[in-house]
Amino acid sequence: MASFKRSGKRDMPELGVSSDIVFMFLFFFMVTTQLRSTEVKVRVRLPEATEIAKLERKDLASYIYIGSPTLQYQNQYGTDARIQLNDSFKTIDDIRNFIAAERDAMSEADRQLMTVSIKADENVRMGIITDVKQELRRCSALKIMYAARKTGGQ
Amino acid sequence: MSNNTRTVPGINVQSTADIAFLLLCYFLMTSTMDQQSGLQRRLPPMPQQGQEQQDTKVNRRNIIIVKINSQDRLFAGDQLMVVSQLKDKIKEFLTNPNNDPNLPEMEPTDIPGFGTHRVSKGIISLQNDRGTSYQAYIAVQNELLKAVNELRDEFSMAHFGRKFAFLSEERQEIVKKAIPQQISEAEPKDVAKK
Repeated sequence: MASFKRSGKRDMPELGVSSDIVFMFLFFFMVTTQLRSTEVKVRVRLPEATEIAKLERKDLASYIYIGSPTLQYQNQYGTDARIQLNDSFKTIDDIRNFIAAERDAMSEADRQLMTVSIKADENVRMGIITDVKQELRRCSALKIMYAARKTGGQ
Repeated sequence: MSNNTRTVPGINVQSTADIAFLLLCYFLMTSTMDQQSGLQRRLPPMPQQGQEQQDTKVNRRNIIIVKINSQDRLFAGDQLMVVSQLKDKIKEFLTNPNNDPNLPEMEPTDIPGFGTHRVSKGIISLQNDRGTSYQAYIAVQNELLKAVNELRDEFSMAHFGRKFAFLSEERQEIVKKAIPQQISEAEPKDVAKK
């Protein structure tokens, strides 16, 4: 009868497979996420809406954050709603340069598709938003999106 | 030179898992996964400097004025209402089911690839105050979009048997022409401070 031979020494089998799985995870995250490019210095709680559409080209979007500064900036900038472009607090007049810079970074063909996403806190007043909108019209950045989050359930 | 046959030293693979984990953690920390979504709108272009601002004469019946005041009260067509009533009001305005002379004209238009359809000439004019809260503004925008989207869905169901989102692109174009989305965000008015 055949008997199972025991080889003299038994090693733990090498664990080479787990790294593949981890690599897979890694690539998954690299593909599905985008780098957090800016640190949001204003408190933004997006308003709710039901008829929202997804932003198609994230890479063609520029973001304008509007809201009251977060706690750590409050003694410097107060609590009034402020505009944040890129990484710092800006005023309405800076939007023009911001849009121009964003446009320059894009290829010729993509400029038409540029979307400006207005991420405003739900408690800001329309005054500042209207100013931003007027300035965007002056820069002829007409494709805009009011960022909103989906309402849970109907 | 030695005569011994040299074996390639085994590369230790164990550490790659650690390295990959490290990278994974790094990407988890530095990236965001939140969906970028919202209400997409197109702003009207700014009138050119020397160009006369031409007021295209629009018949009074073709315009509904939706106004949100600084107390977030909503008026639609001079009527005070709550946000949930707005959708039906707009739908009625845009369809004019009973050919009411006070509601917008329905102009039979030839849509290429479809035929003639009574297209509403109605325009929704959205006005707000500087003191209106953004939340209320978005709620109203949302409600206006919902009215148009529902009308488009109804049209799609009636003529193509599917909802708007599932139609082919050409058909979506047809539906868009049949039920245009005419929302004008009015020029901000200088509100005198009292």
